[in-house]
Amino acid sequence: MEKLAETFFNVRVMAEYAPKIVEGFFLTVQLALVVVLTGIVAGLALAAVRSFRLTAVNLLIVVFVDVMRALPPLVLIILLYFALPSVGIKLSGFVSTWLALSMVLAAFAEEIFWAGILAVPRGQWEAARSTGLSALQTLAHVVLPQAVRLTIPPLTNRTIAVTKGTALGAVVAVGEILYQAQSGYSFSYNPSPLTLGAIAYLILFIPVVWFGRWVETRFAWKR
Amino acid sequence: MTLDPHAPPILDVASLHKSFGAVEVLKGVDLAVRPRELVFIIGPSGSGKSTLLRCCNRLEEPSSGSIVVEGVDILSPRTDINAVRRRIGMVFQSFNLYPHLDALGNVTLALRKVLGSSREDAAARGRAALARVGLAEKAQSFPNELSGGQQQRVAIARALALEPAVMLFDEPTSALDPELVGSVLAVMREMREAGMTMVVVSHEMRFARTAADRVVFMDHGRILEEGPPAKVFGQPDHARVREFIATIEH
Repeated sequence: MEKLAETFFNVRVMAEYAPKIVEGFFLTVQLALVVVLTGIVAGLALAAVRSFRLTAVNLLIVVFVDVMRALPPLVLIILLYFALPSVGIKLSGFVSTWLALSMVLAAFAEEIFWAGILAVPRGQWEAARSTGLSALQTLAHVVLPQAVRLTIPPLTNRTIAVTKGTALGAVVAVGEILYQAQSGYSFSYNPSPLTLGAIAYLILFIPVVWFGRWVETRFAWKR
Repeated sequence: MTLDPHAPPILDVASLHKSFGAVEVLKGVDLAVRPRELVFIIGPSGSGKSTLLRCCNRLEEPSSGSIVVEGVDILSPRTDINAVRRRIGMVFQSFNLYPHLDALGNVTLALRKVLGSSREDAAARGRAALARVGLAEKAQSFPNELSGGQQQRVAIARALALEPAVMLFDEPTSALDPELVGSVLAVMREMREAGMTMVVVSHEMRFARTAADRVVFMDHGRILEEGPPAKVFGQPDHARVREFIATIEH
């Protein structure tokens, strides 16, 4: 028991590496925020474009979405970070992770928003168009406000899942929580920094999970 | 109510054809609606009544023919269809109110976004339209808090607020419980008395008898017979019309 505490909850080691973990914590927060923002905005934009049903454009969107949903995010990060320099494009680990996760989130978000748009009855489009609203106005003021409500529960879950992928940034030397915890572990030969890292993730994501649950009940649709 | 037989029609449909794939739903329809006229369209299901109505504001794209509204050829590619549509009010069988907006929000959305009215201006006109359909006190109610009859009256107010030149009604009472039909018909009657030009697809024969200027009977994508209600309901020329009216009234 004492050995267990010594191994995983070594106060001395924890104290030593806590500042690094805190640093990693704030970097993770930054990364997560930009991923959520870019991913959801891009996903919404793609779904909006798709609703105009231009065959060629929609084909491109579907291909993008399917590829992004099929690829493991780690593969995407490594491609961006290690493969792009060979064609002269050098991205930092942060930017690679940000882009990769944003594209993955955009793809899932697009599918979720699209399903939401399809779930809005055709009569809503017709009523709005019959009063003279343009297709874009109808989308913005009538269809999306309804679609977005329908999409909040699945979108929240997916956003949490993709955001946790920020840990993958450790592979391309992004100094986020996992990276700091791992390097603390290798310097100290003691896994306590990893414990600390796990705690940092909980501190970060438990409120997000709770927020997700609150949002789900808050936006529960009464018809 | 006097109709000027020489006034140019507000809505002029000529040799209108519409096919869905291989199925020809409208096979050459001519219909001219004069100002202040109430035209009532009846006919068996699948006869093309709703399609005809939906072509008049291009919710359906006609295959051929012409539709002129207030002198504007609405099928011309140069026509701004959104500008035309705000002159043509439409009321649907299933109301199609926006569930995320309250009654006033439903009525004012197009006023603000299409006519560009200020929020206060739109609210004033929206309240006036709601008052006209007897729902002034329901401005803050959401559609799910209203009865079917109230929802349909909000939908009418939504169209009326834009001050259209003509109103199209696509089976406005078919989705309503019988006891709620009267309130909607009363609003329609009031609109007619105020001089609104209306084209109504409906099975409310009693309303047609007392309110319509002209009854049009459609069958298999064509107008089979038309005339004043007394004539079409009383002594129709076609046995087909007589049979249909007999089935509806029993």
